[in-house]
Amino acid sequence: MALDSKVPKGPLKDKWTDYKNHIDLVNPANKRNIDVIVVGTGLAGGSAAATLAELGYNVKAFAYQDSPRRAHSIAAQGGINAAKNYQGDGDSFYRLFYDTVKGGDYRSREANVYRLAQVSANIIDQCVAQGVPFARDYGGLLDNRSFGGVLVSRTFYAKGQTGQQLLLGAYSAMNRQIARGKIEMFNRHEMLDVVKVDGKARGIIARNLVTGELERHSAHAVVIASGGYGNVYFLSTNAMGSNATAAWKIHKKGAYFANPCYTQIHPTCIPRSGDYQSKLTLMSESLRNDGRIWVPKSIDDVKAIREGRKKPTDLSEDERDYYLERRYPAFGNLVPRDVASRAAKERCDAGYGVNATGEAVYLDFASAIKRYGTEQAKIQNISNPSEAKIYQLGQAIVEAKYGNLFQMYNKIVDEDPYRTPMMIYPAVHYTMGGVWVDYNLMTTVEGLYCLGEANFSDHGANRLGASALMQGLSDGYFVLPYTIGDYLSNDIRTGKISTETPEFAAAEKEVKERIDFFINNKGEHSVDYYHKKLGKIMWEKCGMSRNEQGLKEAMAEIKALREDFWKNVTVPGDANEMNPELEKAGRVADFLELGELFAKDALNRNESCGGHFREESVELDGLQKGEAKRNDEEYAYVSAWEYKGEPADAVLHKEELEFNDIELKQRSYK
Amino acid sequence: MGLLKSSIGRKFAMAISALFLMVFLLQHFAINLTSIFPNEGKTFNALSHFMGTNPIVQYAIQPILLIGVIFHFVMGFVLEAKNWSARKISYAKNNGGANSTWMSRNMIWSGLAILAFMVLHFIDFWFPEMNTKFIQGDWSGLHNGELRYFEELQHKFLSPARVVAYVVAFVFLALHLLHGFNSAFQSVGANNKYTKGLKTFSKIYAIGIPVGFIIIALFHHFNH
Amino acid sequence: MNLTLKIWRQKNASDKGKMVDYKISDISEHMSFLEMMDVLNEQIINLGDEPVAFDHDCREGICGMCSMYINGEAHGPDRGVTTCQLHMRSFKDGDTITIEPFRAAAFPVIKDLVVDRSSFERIQQSGGYISVNTSGNTQDANAIPISKEAADKAMDAATCIGCGACVATCKNSSAMLFVGAKVSQYALLPQGQVEATDRVLNMVAQMDAEGFGNCTNTGACEVECPKGISLENIARMNTEFLKASLKG
Repeated sequence: MALDSKVPKGPLKDKWTDYKNHIDLVNPANKRNIDVIVVGTGLAGGSAAATLAELGYNVKAFAYQDSPRRAHSIAAQGGINAAKNYQGDGDSFYRLFYDTVKGGDYRSREANVYRLAQVSANIIDQCVAQGVPFARDYGGLLDNRSFGGVLVSRTFYAKGQTGQQLLLGAYSAMNRQIARGKIEMFNRHEMLDVVKVDGKARGIIARNLVTGELERHSAHAVVIASGGYGNVYFLSTNAMGSNATAAWKIHKKGAYFANPCYTQIHPTCIPRSGDYQSKLTLMSESLRNDGRIWVPKSIDDVKAIREGRKKPTDLSEDERDYYLERRYPAFGNLVPRDVASRAAKERCDAGYGVNATGEAVYLDFASAIKRYGTEQAKIQNISNPSEAKIYQLGQAIVEAKYGNLFQMYNKIVDEDPYRTPMMIYPAVHYTMGGVWVDYNLMTTVEGLYCLGEANFSDHGANRLGASALMQGLSDGYFVLPYTIGDYLSNDIRTGKISTETPEFAAAEKEVKERIDFFINNKGEHSVDYYHKKLGKIMWEKCGMSRNEQGLKEAMAEIKALREDFWKNVTVPGDANEMNPELEKAGRVADFLELGELFAKDALNRNESCGGHFREESVELDGLQKGEAKRNDEEYAYVSAWEYKGEPADAVLHKEELEFNDIELKQRSYK
Repeated sequence: MGLLKSSIGRKFAMAISALFLMVFLLQHFAINLTSIFPNEGKTFNALSHFMGTNPIVQYAIQPILLIGVIFHFVMGFVLEAKNWSARKISYAKNNGGANSTWMSRNMIWSGLAILAFMVLHFIDFWFPEMNTKFIQGDWSGLHNGELRYFEELQHKFLSPARVVAYVVAFVFLALHLLHGFNSAFQSVGANNKYTKGLKTFSKIYAIGIPVGFIIIALFHHFNH
Repeated sequence: MNLTLKIWRQKNASDKGKMVDYKISDISEHMSFLEMMDVLNEQIINLGDEPVAFDHDCREGICGMCSMYINGEAHGPDRGVTTCQLHMRSFKDGDTITIEPFRAAAFPVIKDLVVDRSSFERIQQSGGYISVNTSGNTQDANAIPISKEAADKAMDAATCIGCGACVATCKNSSAMLFVGAKVSQYALLPQGQVEATDRVLNMVAQMDAEGFGNCTNTGACEVECPKGISLENIARMNTEFLKASLKG
């Protein structure tokens, strides 16, 4: 099947408007007869469910948590971008579009990104109307801050909990529709397969996680908004339950999976403290505005620090290697996420990691505290302030800016970051890859849609800060409600879809057999045993930098691990009860397949772009020596993989990317 | 009355009755305090007689007070019962002291102690008073040609057992007030910049008034 | 460190349940409490038994899923944290730790330490929203200025993560801090004014119908709340409720 992105014709800036003017609509009376299933209730799924219900469709929404409010969108800290230009600093739809495409290292689809920029402004209006308490200035107007790698202030925020507030906004919109009976909410339910009838997505099989019962749910269209697959690494900043099962199941039923190798590794996370570690905690990127990143220059000092003979504060300025400032004088500590992450890995691989695991670098606020303190002393007319006074004044400013993050760090690490530098290390944070969708957000299966982090469309090979929230809400509030209507207008005469069909029975049987296998297979290793092993392979061979040999090994190792899993995994308990181990088993089984496809995709893409760094593709000389080298001639395409049984047998389909409104350039942060 | 069916309505009613009772308590205390004035109970007698015979006090305020007292107790029990049923299985280990005061967690017990005291108090003063006035019809307030109130008061505090009971009861009252005073303001929605000052004042009131009552009781006991 | 754990085990909603003792050793003080539970579960699985079921998800203190009553306190002895943010350094070698589910009639146990908090959902559904449809032409976000103070206070109320620690902690199993926070958020914003009367009446009615107890202002909720939601929000709800009752 040839991939058709269905991007409308016409000039970039008019595509979306023209599209909306010409699609087919469903009249309100007919909407009442149409059902839509939404799987996942984060920003994308929640906003889609609420909006579709407002329009009049009957929505069934599914979440594995006990409430839509707990989806992992809630953990986003920094903010949401929107081209409002409230600051009058020259922002525009085009600039947001340009920054996003450039930030994505020119591997995203122009038309989708431009549409994203266009609707971004509506998102802010909508959220304010819902009662989202964004930060405001003293004049009562909305405040903005600037965020990684852009030249304007377009990020709206609600303290360090923007994701939470936006999700609660979408959740409240859902609640209103649940109360009206337009959304039927299925909490503690997990989708375990999609059901296709005559090639169209017509329902799902879901497991009630409280009773263990398998349920058939039918609909005229199915929307998957189940988030990213970062947990394929075992350790990530994702929630423990975040999984790829819904996305992977639809892949196995015909939806192509795009660019699985594009992963964002976030540079500022709290380092791992031991093998028992279950997840990693992100510290907002905004810290890099004031923190300076360094490791000791001398390996002896590294040893002394690890053995507790020296403290980081004992090292003088000359004994420290501010490696980002050294390597990237123009951007310094504010280089994009992928660059900062790789630089930290480079130092730690060279043996300069500053904690017991050797995987940590310092993020130091001492000079920021001093700078702010001196400034404050001037403002407050304090002549000849003492060192202590300057420190105290500076600390107050830093506390006002990052207080909650410092407190969080202190709670986890038990060290006071005002007194000693923070330790940070990169961690898997976001997956740009995902289910392939066209301009309508429809997958390669008719009637099956995919939104938010679960799809691949808007961030290319690397996502900019504060853009994930924007994409999730844009897809759910403003894009899908139009595009799905165009599709459903053909379904007004279909009538209720029966679940008593061979297709549903077959799908349910398949799901049941798999569950029974897990329960009956009295193996010797727990699910986590396999998940941790998979994570280790992924991190070491498909992590921040990748090479041909490692990727080939990864594919073989993952395949072997998967085979062992299907022989030796053990799942205690029964199928007909709440059974968290059984839930995990199903998810890890899918990760064990996805991981291999991930490696295969990374192997295929022999270029360095965005979050995907191939050691074979670096600049060989000049100022950029050793930096990532993109290869636009050969790889300016989306890799969309078609399932063929084994991940290794997946077939590659290419969607060539055309850039008509933007000039492709090599990123430089030197 | 629909308001009284809702949790917040009841909470509000508890607070209003409490505030009313606290005003009454202050008034009661003020009059009792005059019994230790060095004028052999003259002021006390005069005030007591006024309160005991004034028609507004007797026919308007007294019934309201009575209703207030009964309401506060009954509603207290009703709420307590509902609150008990809101947790059917209790914790094997509960560390309430980590997050709240003993007083706030035991209002029902301090309240019951106060109820027990009130029974005693009614037997001591109020029932005989009602008997004298409403059954025997004697509104003169005289005994052997003099106002009788001060003497009755002194007489009651002769017994050490009664004085001990009074002291204990007032300790419970203090505990009850230490939480109740502020709590009433919070319940009616007052939580603002004045709250801090109010808290200080509430401590003074909650300890000061019961201690005052105790001093009066001890004064009469030892001055006789 | 070595620890004794006393954990509530209950097979399902209809099972009676009981406390069961476990021994666990070699626990690092740098572990989070839930990582300690992971180690315990791995140990239980390797013995061929059923692991302890507990709710958890984000493990960074924001999703509100985790819900344990540890040594007599919701989310354990530390302040301003959820169970997932609690670390083993809060305990000592040789300690006995009692772990129970959040207890309230309105939070029935589903299994072991997992409770059903859908009562919170129904309260939110009864009015915890502003009735505005999604459209591309809602008025501009800056059309109504909101004072920084009101916006900040609304934000403070809105940081509630809906974990239910307030209910679990309250000796009366009252949900007023949770409901108060939601009512306050909207009461403080001009967008919330239009439906303010119905909202507070309906949410309080639903809260009562769910069987939560009544607030007696012990303040325990505020102390145990991982997000430090202030009692001020309950006071504000009380006023809002009275205003609404008199009006409607």
